[in-house]
Amino acid sequence: MKVTVDQESCVASGQCVMTAADVFDQRDEDGIVELLEDQPTEDRAEDVRQAAALCPARAIRVEGQSGFVR
Amino acid sequence: MSEPSSVLVVGASAAGLATVESLRRGGYRGTVTVVGEEEHAPYDRPPLSKQVLSGNWESDRSRLRTESALVETGAEFVLADPAVRLDPADRTVHTASGRTLRAEAVVLATGLRPKRLPGRDAAGVHVLRTLDDSLRLRAELSRARNVVVVGDGVLGSEIAATARDMESDVTLVGPQAAPMADQLGPRVAGMLGELHAERGVRLRSRAGVEALQADHGRVTGVRLETGETLPADAVVVAIGAAPATDWLADSGLRLDDGVVCDSRCRAAAGVYAVGDVARWHHEGLDQSMRLENRTNATEQARAVAANLLGADRPYAPVPHFWTDQFDAKIQVHGVPHPESEVTVVEGDPAERRFVARYARRGAPVAVLGWNRPKQVRARRQEVVETFSVPALEPS
Repeated sequence: MKVTVDQESCVASGQCVMTAADVFDQRDEDGIVELLEDQPTEDRAEDVRQAAALCPARAIRVEGQSGFVR
Repeated sequence: MSEPSSVLVVGASAAGLATVESLRRGGYRGTVTVVGEEEHAPYDRPPLSKQVLSGNWESDRSRLRTESALVETGAEFVLADPAVRLDPADRTVHTASGRTLRAEAVVLATGLRPKRLPGRDAAGVHVLRTLDDSLRLRAELSRARNVVVVGDGVLGSEIAATARDMESDVTLVGPQAAPMADQLGPRVAGMLGELHAERGVRLRSRAGVEALQADHGRVTGVRLETGETLPADAVVVAIGAAPATDWLADSGLRLDDGVVCDSRCRAAAGVYAVGDVARWHHEGLDQSMRLENRTNATEQARAVAANLLGADRPYAPVPHFWTDQFDAKIQVHGVPHPESEVTVVEGDPAERRFVARYARRGAPVAVLGWNRPKQVRARRQEVVETFSVPALEPS
């Protein structure tokens, strides 16, 4: 899975770090998101998708499937 | 309860959409229908008092999901058709246009309705809840000279800041000692008041409104209980909101400042509530709670979806909200009771970059960051225990 973040949209809520601290971090000075790992392993997929869902600024994009089952 | 074969979500906003997506991420393959009052696809509300209101964002940017992302959920969205009645016994919802929708489980996510001042609203008097409200107010602010915001909670304070940044002449009127005093406590609210005053917002604190004045159906001013009259060509009424439960009046569900739920966010067999409208029992605090914030919409939706799929887990979050006013980014984890003892634990309030800890009777109840997003998030852990559900004693 490939993850991208949009630092322009980020509102520094930190929800992503609370959900997947090994994938996301925040800049010290303003709390804007920093990506630690842009290709997380499959066992991190659920948390990463959850982080994207929790992001109030919709600043996290996860390429590949949505994780939805239908 | 075993997994329902179909789920009907009433309310097409953040909490409703998050419920749908959490169900699908949780592996749910059943039929999902979402019914919404407004014609708009699900959109986000925090920008309505900030980026959308100022015009920095086009309204489309507040959309929560693209059309194709909505299609991907496999849910049917029935929009512009408000629910008007619920029969919880057979989980049937009737809509204004005459539709009858039935499902094995119903999730109530109808949110809030803004309170208004008594009497008929004159032209130039606004409330802010929906995208359409925000666009109407934006148009008004672009030509208004004197703006009066009535209500000094989070919404009123944000609107005052945005309007001031749009170079209107702004007065913020409210009953509290300082803007957001109930949410932030006197010390930090005092600093917020100083920031507003510095940026040119006139504050009328501890002030009651006696009446709005109008001439030929158009608002001209706001008369305060002190006798002072504030001239106004636009008035924003931000005096709070009430859960949108009028349509549930004869449903038999218990309504008490929200849809009353158990600790699982369940209001009746197969009926759940989520987001601003839901009053549930927080087991960690052992008290009834209702939260009006953006983060709760998503987190509670996740909990409700899990319980629909059989998890049977209490929802016991650490509440979180943020507000952006002028250049202040304030973030709170926990519930800062106004009578808490407040200790600055990091940074310097004089520099407007700090983290404060709120405690009551020795127990930490909240941490607040002012332009310190990363540092306050790192200290969230300090309040987690206060909100945690006590573990069962080993027998």
